[in-house]
Amino acid sequence: MKLIFEASRQGRGCSLLPACDVPVYALDAAAGRKNPPRLPEVAEIDLIRHYSALAKRAYGVNDGFYPLGSCTMKYNPKINEEIASLPGFTRIHPLQPLAMSQGCLEVLKLAEGYLCEITGMDAMTLQPAAGAHGELTGMLLIKAFHQSRKDTKRTKIIVPDSAHGTNPASAAMAGFDVVSIPSTEEGMVDVAKLREAVGDDTAGLMLTNPNTVGLFDKNILEITEIIHKAGGLNYYDGANLNAIMGKARPGDMGFDVVHINLHKTFATPHGGGGPGSGPVGCKAPLAVFMPGAPIREAACWADTGDQELEIIKRAAAEQAEGTAPPPKNDEEKEIQKAAKELLARLQQAAGPELEFGPVSPLSIGSVRAFYGNFLVVVKALTYILTLGKEGIPEASENAVLNANYLMSKVKDLYPVAYGKHCMHEFVVTLEALKKETGISAMDIAKGLLDFGIHPPTMYFPLIVHEALMLEPTETESRETLDEAAEMLRKLHEIAKTDPDILHAAPVTTTVQRLDEVGAARHPKLHYAFPE
Amino acid sequence: MGNYIPSTAGERQAMLEAIGFDSMEALFKAQIPEKILLDQPLDLPSGLSEKEVRSVMEAIAAKNHAFRTIFRGAGAYHHYIPSMVKSVVSNETLLTAYTPYQAEISQGILQSIFEYQTMICELTGMDAANASVYDGASAAAEATAMCRERKRTKVLVSAAVNPQVIRTIRTYCWGAGAAVVLLPAKDGVTDWQAMEQLADGETACLYVQHPNFYGLLEDVETAVRLTHQAGAKLIMGVNPIAQAILKTPAAYDADIVVGEGQPLGMPLSFGGPYLGFMACKQDMVRKLPGRIVGETTDREGKRAFVLTLQAREQHIRREKASSSLCSNQALCALTASVYMSAMGPQGMAEAARQSMSKAHYAAAQISAIPGYELKFSGEFFHEFVTKSPIPPEEILERLECEDMLGGYPLQGDLEGCILWCCTEMNTKSEIDQLVNVLKEVAEQ
Repeated sequence: MKLIFEASRQGRGCSLLPACDVPVYALDAAAGRKNPPRLPEVAEIDLIRHYSALAKRAYGVNDGFYPLGSCTMKYNPKINEEIASLPGFTRIHPLQPLAMSQGCLEVLKLAEGYLCEITGMDAMTLQPAAGAHGELTGMLLIKAFHQSRKDTKRTKIIVPDSAHGTNPASAAMAGFDVVSIPSTEEGMVDVAKLREAVGDDTAGLMLTNPNTVGLFDKNILEITEIIHKAGGLNYYDGANLNAIMGKARPGDMGFDVVHINLHKTFATPHGGGGPGSGPVGCKAPLAVFMPGAPIREAACWADTGDQELEIIKRAAAEQAEGTAPPPKNDEEKEIQKAAKELLARLQQAAGPELEFGPVSPLSIGSVRAFYGNFLVVVKALTYILTLGKEGIPEASENAVLNANYLMSKVKDLYPVAYGKHCMHEFVVTLEALKKETGISAMDIAKGLLDFGIHPPTMYFPLIVHEALMLEPTETESRETLDEAAEMLRKLHEIAKTDPDILHAAPVTTTVQRLDEVGAARHPKLHYAFPE
Repeated sequence: MGNYIPSTAGERQAMLEAIGFDSMEALFKAQIPEKILLDQPLDLPSGLSEKEVRSVMEAIAAKNHAFRTIFRGAGAYHHYIPSMVKSVVSNETLLTAYTPYQAEISQGILQSIFEYQTMICELTGMDAANASVYDGASAAAEATAMCRERKRTKVLVSAAVNPQVIRTIRTYCWGAGAAVVLLPAKDGVTDWQAMEQLADGETACLYVQHPNFYGLLEDVETAVRLTHQAGAKLIMGVNPIAQAILKTPAAYDADIVVGEGQPLGMPLSFGGPYLGFMACKQDMVRKLPGRIVGETTDREGKRAFVLTLQAREQHIRREKASSSLCSNQALCALTASVYMSAMGPQGMAEAARQSMSKAHYAAAQISAIPGYELKFSGEFFHEFVTKSPIPPEEILERLECEDMLGGYPLQGDLEGCILWCCTEMNTKSEIDQLVNVLKEVAEQ
C-alpha cells in the first residue's frame, strides 16, 4: 500500500484551527526554517482510510490468540480505556496546584499501595515508563545503596544466562560489570556456580522467578540468601509476575527490589510497543534512594506542639514512606504500633489531602520527567480494583492452568525443554524436528501465521536451541487452547510430510518473508521523497 | 467481582484433571515450596463489578479540576488535538498489538513507525530517527550516552534547560559514571563565555534546549561552533511545534536532536504517557538506542518494512548494548504521526505561529501593566518570564478563582517570577481577561 507521503496532494488539508485573533508576530528570518517540513497534505477521509488500512495489516489481542511467551498478552479490558480517557484525568496539567490534582495523587497512592502488597515490598515508584526502564531504576537503587555505605568495590551484577537481554543491558547502563552464570540441566540457577561467583565485589543478582523457561526455582530462598550473605542485593525482574500473584511474593523470597510490567501483568494494552509502565518496588532500607518525591497525606504533618504525638507522627510518616527502621526496643515497638494505628485512621478519614513530600536527599534523582505514564497507571488501578483480592490470584491460577493444559496437548510432539509441569509459560525445543525435517522454530512460527495465530516467542531463552516459548495467559478459553494445539500438531505433521509448505510460509499475509539482511546492510530509515 | 477469565468452574476442573491435578492448590504446591506459598489472602479490597468500578474511578477523577483556560507550559503543553487523533489511536488492533516482531502480520504497525521516523526527520532535518523513547527527558539522557567515548565522558548541560531534563541527565550519567557540568545562564540564555573554560578534550557533548526552559531562543550557532571546536557533539532539545517554523537543527549542524513529543496530539494527562523523540546524523545511526524500522522487500520483491539494525540492541548484544530500551512509546509515536498528518505542514506552522503570536501579544499586554515587566529581553517562542509587583501565589490564586491556570511560579534564582505559556488554544479574549485580572490584583 501507499505511504501517507505518497497519498499527499499539494494544497489538501483539514480545517482545524480558526484564524489568528491577535496580530501575527513576524519571526526574524534568520531564526526561521527555509523550507516547510514535507509533512503529508491529506484530507480527513484520506487520513482515516490510510490508518484504517494500516490497522488491517496488523494483529492485536483483539484479533486472535497471542501466545507470545514472556509478553503476557492478556485481554485488555475496555472499561480501563474508558476510565483513562475521562477528562478528569486527561486534562490535568502535571504542574497544576496539588489541591486541584487530588484525584491524580490518589490514583498514584492507591496503585503504589496495592502493588506493594502484591509484591511484598515496602515502597513503590511509578516513575519508570517500561520494564527495562524499571530495571535501570532498580539497578541505580542498588548502586546508591552500596555507595551510601561507602561499599564501592561492589561493581558486579550476577545474571543467569537464561535472563532477558534487558537485564544485563540495564545493569551495564548503571555502570555495573555483568557476570553471567550458567543454568543447570533442569533450567534452574546453578547454586554451586552461584556460590563460586559471589564475593565482596558482588553488588547484586538479577533474577526472574518463575524463570524464562517457565519454572519456579525451588532453591530461591537459598539463592537469595547466598547473595545477602555476600553483601549483595536481590533484584526481581517482574516479567513473569503473572504466574504467582496472590500465591507467592518476591518480597517473601528474599528480593530487595522488583519491577512490575503494568502492560503485561495488569492488562494495559501494548500499543504496538508501548506506552508501558514499569513501577519499581523496594524494601524499607532502599526507600530513601527512590526517584522523585514520595506522596503523603498533608494535613496531619503540621506540628501540633504535642511532643509525644509528634514522635508517633514522625514514625507514621516513615511507615508511609516505607523508611521505618526495625524497632530496637519495646518503646520503639509501641511507637510503631501507635503510628500504624494513626496511619490506618488517616487512611480511613474522608478525603485526607495528599501532597508530594520532600525528595529524599539520597534519592537517585529522576529517570524521566513528572510522575510516570500516568494514564497507564489509571488503567492498571482500574484492573486491580475490578479483580480485587479474589480475582488477582484467580488470574494467576488460570494463567498457570492454561499453560499446563496447552503444554499437555502438544508435548508429545514438541519436547518441553525443561520440567514436567510449568508455571504460566513453557518452552519447547524443535532441535530434533529440525534435524529430521529441516523445519526450524522460525518455520513453525511462520506456519502459524497462515493459521491466523500470533506465533510464540522464538529463539528465547538463548539456552534452548530452536526454542518456541508459549504463554497463553488466563484470558483464553479451553476451545482456543484446543484449536491452537490442533494447529501445532498439524504443522508438525506438515513438517514431516510436506516441509516445503513451511519453508514457503507465510503465504496468506500481506507480505511474505522479508529480506532482513538487506534491510540492515543498506538501511533505508525514512521515505525518499522524489526530488 | 469482575474477572476476564472465560472458562467456567466446570471447564477449569476438567482441565485440571486433564493435566493430572485435582485442584489449583495441588497445581501450585507441586511447583512452589510450601515455605514460600502465601498462607493468607492478599490485603486488597474485594473485587468490583464494572458498574461499581466505574463509579469509584469517576469519583476519583472528579477530585481533579480541569481548568477552562491554561497559561502554563513548563514542559507540558496544551494544544488543540484533532478528533482524528483519538479515532485512530483507539483502533482496537493498533491499541492491542505487541511490538512488531512478526513482520509479515505487522506491516501496518511497521509502516506507521517508518512514517513517524520520516516525519521526525522532516521536522528536524536529520538523517534518521528511532521509533521513540520514554519521554523528552529520558531521550536527552539517552542522547548523552550516544556521545560518550572512552576518553570523552564529560557532559555539558546548559543551565537554561528544563530542570527535570537536567535531573534525568544527571541520574543516567551518575549511573554510567560520567560527570555532568552545568553551563551557567545569563539573562535567561546560556552564557557561552563559560564554554571556553569548561569544554575540553574530555567533553563528550553539550546539551542545549532551543527554545529553552524560559521560552527564549538560544544562540545555537555559537553553541555548535564552540562544541565542535572542542571535538564534542551537540545535542539539541527542541519543541516539535516550534520546529514547524524554526530553523532546523540540521541547518545548525547539530549532531543529535531530541524532544518531548507531547505537544503533537497527546493530552496533558498529569505528565504521561508522553513521547521522547530522537534523531541524529547518518554517522551516529548505529549508536541510536531503541527500535528502528527500515524499508526492505519480501521474497516477491514487494516493498515491506521490518525492525532493523537490531545488532545494536539488548536482546542481541546484552550488556554491550547501547541501551536497555525495549518497550517504548509506540502508540504515542502513532499519535504524533496522526497529529502531524492531520495538521499538515500548513497546520503545524499555523499552530506554531499562533502560539508565538499569542505569547507575544500576552507579553506586551502584561508588561504594559504598571509593576509588571518582562524578566528577559531575548527573542522567545511561546513562553516568557515576568516579574510582578506582588508574590506569584496571590496572582495565581486569584486566577484560579476565574478558572484559569496561570503561569508556572519559578524557584531558585528566579523566585518571584512567573513562566507564562500561550498556545493556539488561548483566545484573545482569554488573554485580555488574564491581563485584566493581573491589573486588578496589582491595584488591590
